Amino acid sequence: MTDRLLRLSGLEPFVLTPEIPFVNIGERTNVTGSARFRKLITNRDYAAALEVARDQVENGAQIIDINMDEGLIDSKAVMIEFLNLLAAEPDIARVPVMIDSSKWEVIEAGLQCVQGKPVVNSISMKEGEAQFREQAELCLAYGAAVVVMAFDEQGQADTCARKTEICARAYRILVDEVGFPPQDIIFDPNIFAVATGIPEHDNYGVDFIEATRWIRANLPHVHVSGGVSNLSFSFRGNEPVREAMHAVFLYYAIAAGMDMGIVNAGQLAVYDQIDPELREACEDVVLNRRADATERLLDLAERFRGDGKREERVRDLAWRDWPVEKRIEHALVNGITEFIDADTEAARQAARRPLDVIEGPLMAGMNVVGDLFGAGKMFLPQVVKSARVMKQAVALLLPYMEEEKRLSGAAARENAGRILMATVKGDVHDIGKNIVGVVLACNNYEIIDLGVMVPPQKILETARREKVDAIGLSGLITPSLVEMVHLAAEMEREGFDIPLLIGGATTSKVHTAVKIAPGYGRGQTVHVNDASRAVGVVSNLLSPDNKAGFVAAIRAEYADVADKHARGEAAKSRLPLQAARDNALKLDWDAYAPARPTFAGTRVIDDWDLAEIATYIDWTPFFRAWELKGVYPRILEDEAQGEAARALFADARAMLDRIVAERWFGPRAVVGFWPANAVGDDIRVFADDGRDAELAVLHTLRQQTVKRGPRPNLALSDFVAPVGAAPDWIGGFVVTAGPEEAAVARRFEEAGDDYSAILVKALADRIAEAMAEMLHARVRRELWGTSPDEDFAPDDLTAEPYKGIRPAPGYPAQPDHTEKRTLFALLDAEAATGVRLTESMAMWPGSTVSGLYIGHPESYYFGVGKVERDQVVDYAARKGMDPAEAERWLAPILNYVPGGDAAVAAE
Amino acid sequence: MKTFRLPRSDTFAAIETLARQRIVLLDGAMGTMIQRLGLDEDAYAGRSGGVACPHPTDLPQKGNNDLLSLTQPDAIEAIHFEFAMAGADIVETNTFSSTTIAQADYGLGAAVEDLNVAAVRAARRAVDRATAIDGRPRFVAGAVGPTNRTASLSPDVNDPGFRAVSFDDLRAAYGQQIAALIAGGADLILIETIFDTLNAKAAIFACFEAFAAHGRRLPVMISGTITDASGRTLSGQTPTAFWHSVRHARPFSIGLNCALGAAAMRPHMAEISGIAETLTCAYPNAGLPNAFGQYDEGPDETAAQIGDFAQAGLVNIVGGCCGTTPDHIRAMAEAVAGHAPRKVPGHD
Repeated sequence: MTDRLLRLSGLEPFVLTPEIPFVNIGERTNVTGSARFRKLITNRDYAAALEVARDQVENGAQIIDINMDEGLIDSKAVMIEFLNLLAAEPDIARVPVMIDSSKWEVIEAGLQCVQGKPVVNSISMKEGEAQFREQAELCLAYGAAVVVMAFDEQGQADTCARKTEICARAYRILVDEVGFPPQDIIFDPNIFAVATGIPEHDNYGVDFIEATRWIRANLPHVHVSGGVSNLSFSFRGNEPVREAMHAVFLYYAIAAGMDMGIVNAGQLAVYDQIDPELREACEDVVLNRRADATERLLDLAERFRGDGKREERVRDLAWRDWPVEKRIEHALVNGITEFIDADTEAARQAARRPLDVIEGPLMAGMNVVGDLFGAGKMFLPQVVKSARVMKQAVALLLPYMEEEKRLSGAAARENAGRILMATVKGDVHDIGKNIVGVVLACNNYEIIDLGVMVPPQKILETARREKVDAIGLSGLITPSLVEMVHLAAEMEREGFDIPLLIGGATTSKVHTAVKIAPGYGRGQTVHVNDASRAVGVVSNLLSPDNKAGFVAAIRAEYADVADKHARGEAAKSRLPLQAARDNALKLDWDAYAPARPTFAGTRVIDDWDLAEIATYIDWTPFFRAWELKGVYPRILEDEAQGEAARALFADARAMLDRIVAERWFGPRAVVGFWPANAVGDDIRVFADDGRDAELAVLHTLRQQTVKRGPRPNLALSDFVAPVGAAPDWIGGFVVTAGPEEAAVARRFEEAGDDYSAILVKALADRIAEAMAEMLHARVRRELWGTSPDEDFAPDDLTAEPYKGIRPAPGYPAQPDHTEKRTLFALLDAEAATGVRLTESMAMWPGSTVSGLYIGHPESYYFGVGKVERDQVVDYAARKGMDPAEAERWLAPILNYVPGGDAAVAAE
Repeated sequence: MKTFRLPRSDTFAAIETLARQRIVLLDGAMGTMIQRLGLDEDAYAGRSGGVACPHPTDLPQKGNNDLLSLTQPDAIEAIHFEFAMAGADIVETNTFSSTTIAQADYGLGAAVEDLNVAAVRAARRAVDRATAIDGRPRFVAGAVGPTNRTASLSPDVNDPGFRAVSFDDLRAAYGQQIAALIAGGADLILIETIFDTLNAKAAIFACFEAFAAHGRRLPVMISGTITDASGRTLSGQTPTAFWHSVRHARPFSIGLNCALGAAAMRPHMAEISGIAETLTCAYPNAGLPNAFGQYDEGPDETAAQIGDFAQAGLVNIVGGCCGTTPDHIRAMAEAVAGHAPRKVPGHD
């Protein structure tokens, strides 16, 4: 062998060369290290779990650690499934994996799934030399490098002497007896918590660092790794201090020869930038330099807790001395409204005409914003703030322009194009649409926003009257897809040929290519799901030079997407309904004693405390609404987006404080419980405990995918005791932040402040979700009492650690939105909360959440997936619905093309 | 598994010595030569002439080339003999698809052991005859193909987590084949045309198990295939990543075969040659297939490119894959004759 370097591979090679000082192993795909990943895996949300892996690789992880050791999941099966799925994602699979488990059978199952050269984490002499030797030989036969823990029959090594003695012994066995290449050995000499108050722990940092130094000097070619977060365990909750401890520790450990480690890169301070006082205190602890090191760090720690380390930035007003054009640009780029009126007025007085101010400095500044956004150097919330500045400036100029026009009859300013935007009939969601509108407006497009629940005729009439250049449609709930297909067909029929843009949470490129675009052959339909792409798409579509090429490329792409989809559909195998039912989940009802709710029937809850609700807010989706992708609170420290995220978060907190203090919203809710039992795929809801008089029937849909192994074909009814098995119950709820949101948003819009208008809507959504989380906790602990002793803090609930679920009609576990009618009737929800259902079964006001409560502790969320005709016919009969109507509501999940000419004609 | 502590097989040292002295020649395409015979269904099944198949099935067998080792052993031996006389030092057994997995479509899973043993014996008879004529030693490599299943790719685009075959399925099937090849008397094991590295890793694992059972370690040759212009294997690996993934086999040689012909293979061969601390091996197709699936590149054309590989110091072992005939091998032997074998990095 020419050299003794650690060589690994995914789809691409990785070599640990001397030029690489330290390999940071991504740990976010580790269920023991990431609460979010654990939640995704326990919910079987593999798509989102893969995103976590992808993010890590995109952020530079050279190896990703995968750990599925969680008591409640089948670690071996999940390890296999996840590695297999990961293999299908070339942008993730390009890096090597570290197969991490305390169970050898999980490791071996993982080794059988990866084509590259992975790292096994870990083996040790814990169970003796014989097993160690056997596992090492298997690692050799599978072609893996290994992490060897400093662990033997006596336990984990804590002192430097024990660590070095065990590693030396392991080295001898591996290299001399097994023939293991020494460069493929990575020792983990155990990082333990320091500053615990127990004197025996004080030297753990030094023990690790000195053992590392000895290993690298005496055991040729090996590497040293460790899990760094253990070190600061006693400072849980004080992230600034933890980060400083990690940075200090790594500084010394890397110098001693530690060349790999599991470190959360987003939570690592830069050694040189740590406050000197804090750094010295950390060094005293890590290096065990003085007897009172722990006490001193504890004293200091409180001062650095929370945001203490981020001092208020001093306001730098040097830019106020710049020329007016540069001042305007600075104000636009930084979203500062404070001086814009004065600067605009100054520019106006210097300009020949007011229009020159818009087309000169203001547009120049917005071009800078557009370029920075396009280059990924600005983020959406910042751009929306820039738009607010622009709007304010234009508002100041407008009267002068009107006056000039009146005097001279001169033409108004030219814009890049006129775009009509609307949320389709029956749908009330518009945050995404508003953001796209603002971004387009920033780029000199004139936006005609028709708002929400817009009927198709109004869209088409306005488009014709205003001679718009393109139409953008938005929708969040699945019935909106049918509306979009309808509108495209109407555009074709009425002879339109302008581009049609499709966006919103429920839309997709596949649906657009397969269902919408083919119905509108005269014009081009394009799926644009994020604001950052919208400008590029629209400018291409409206450019005389680029349009033909762009449309041709889109058509080719969509033909390809449609073709792949068709082939995929043909290859898909689904179970007949009866076979799916035969494979239903069979819970042990004999062992189940359903809790009895504290009341039967409904109860209105109106004693909401907005301040308390605010503590239940899950901020991650809030950032996602602004196209800032990442997990709160880590996103605040994100290298690229952190600054934008912090500014947005500060604005959101400030507005939330006002919402609470000034009671902007009037939250309302209704909750109900009824005796219930399952009959087949339905859940019968009874009027009273006699269980004779039927109040309603909740219908559920069953998965028809072919399942591998012992997994059941689920329907929600599987989680409710069948008739006669046990006296089970079911619950239901509607919570709403209240209708006030719309009026508040309108006030901001009228004042030209789109940023605040979008912000208040995004917050209202979060408040409704937080209410749902808070009410569910109250239901479990008190109202139903399924988990009376539950004691999770609001922050913990994001990970859904509790028992029981609250599935909502229209979402994956029950995709039929019309079940909301039954739920609303049971709760008399409109009378109780003011929330009503639109013709598409959207809930108005938009910041509303509804769902069922299922109490069984083994219930979990799932997706029904696509269903076959046999189930739809059966389902329609059970609901007393015409099959064609059922097909219309279930259109997005049909695994077949609705047959019969009648059905096609009806579309 | 104590693979690397096992004693080496009897002919290991002789093969190693040969490779140190000069560039070693593999043979050419078995399939192309069989195609020339124009055999029909009866001939494949051994119903008209030849030897009746001892594992009769109702399924058609035409195209099941491996079956000919049993039903037309003389014809297979004759092809090996032609290649041996053309200059091949190592001939590959007619066992590319002789696993239970690859034979399943022909209903001949039960015949796998017989197919492998018969194939090694036919090759052995041919090289022994050739050696008796000119005195040059020759060796038999037991060919282990990729099977027709992939362990790290899903055949269903809608279910990317699905796998049509597991590592253990492959390991068992390969294990059975490799044990039979060793029992038949193969000198080397050649894991070839690897399009999915995980399949190859199962074959390597099976080699280790078979060697342990046999008590001797045979030289293992490993050969991948890069099938598209992206320069990656079907399962998506770069040549270097592929080498890192199979390096634990400590193979006798690493290289590439089949695919798009010598010209397209050259940059990938150069990449592997630059990093592999073991012998390298290249046996490309005779160019790209034409519209009728035939290979047009003549012996001189292919040989000129192989000669260029040799001159550039990229190879230790050369030969041909699809479309190459004894004439191609003869031309190659001449083309590499004047060139020293590649110097293995780190070997003195």
